[in-house]
Amino acid sequence: MALPIASLAGDATAGATGWTKEYPQTDGSPARSCVTCHNRDLTKPGRHAVTNKTIEPLAPSVNPQRLTDQAKVEKWLLRNCRWTLGRECTPEEKSDFISYIETQ
Amino acid sequence: MQTSTKTIAMLAIAFLSLGAVGLALGDSDDDDHEKREKGGGWVKSRPDVAPVVNATYSEECGSCHMAYQPGLLPGDAWTQIMSPAGLSNHYGDDASLTDEVRTDITAFLLNNSADQAERSRSRAFAVSANQSVQADGTSLPRITETRYFMHEHDEIPARLVTGNPKVGSFSQCNSCHRGAAEGIYNEKQVSIPGHGRWED
Repeated sequence: MALPIASLAGDATAGATGWTKEYPQTDGSPARSCVTCHNRDLTKPGRHAVTNKTIEPLAPSVNPQRLTDQAKVEKWLLRNCRWTLGRECTPEEKSDFISYIETQ
Repeated sequence: MQTSTKTIAMLAIAFLSLGAVGLALGDSDDDDHEKREKGGGWVKSRPDVAPVVNATYSEECGSCHMAYQPGLLPGDAWTQIMSPAGLSNHYGDDASLTDEVRTDITAFLLNNSADQAERSRSRAFAVSANQSVQADGTSLPRITETRYFMHEHDEIPARLVTGNPKVGSFSQCNSCHRGAAEGIYNEKQVSIPGHGRWED
């Protein structure tokens, strides 16, 4: 896997902490975290918070396709950081998340 | 004698075939405010809205919700939805795409939008959606706010849709229109979860 963001040594422990961190929203909607859509347990499917559509598990141990498509990883980290944290994630945060997901 | 048996048999087959044609032609939408479409309904329902045929669109847009057929909105509505600003606040979600993918999908939507469509149900969606500012801050056009959509759904009680946990909102076409993914929206194919067939 040759992800440029993974060229930073990611910290899986920091990624795990970031995974459950809740971000209050300014528009009156409930606080969000990665868990909101992706589940606490990454080996289980998640559910889209707005549309209820099933999201396949993120854990490569049960879904080997995960983290294999660089463009897809970049796309979702951009969108989902903006939606959840209200800002883009730093390269360090992204590599921490990837390192955490890799361990699942 | 043999010849007359053959003749009777052939006549019988001919009459039976005619009967089958009569039955097949009988499959029309019986919505009381809907014109019958010509050429509709052989054994299998014909799509009312042209089915989606673009892998990028199905993959990119279908990952969060049903890939709504392009024929459900006019081109100017799709243009707004697919603008970078429209995608970054996509009905309360962030649906940003790279410019390359965005351009690709926009071209597909515009080539197949309601104002380009030949199917009369799809033509009905060509009238622009009502513009109204949403609680989530977006003012993007919505299929569910087109005049035609509202007219078609005006008799459905809220408890069967927004108040029905198995449906949740009118945006979930495929919860009740079981052929929605194939572009089939006629009343015969409606089955509301926990309620069943919808009879006008």
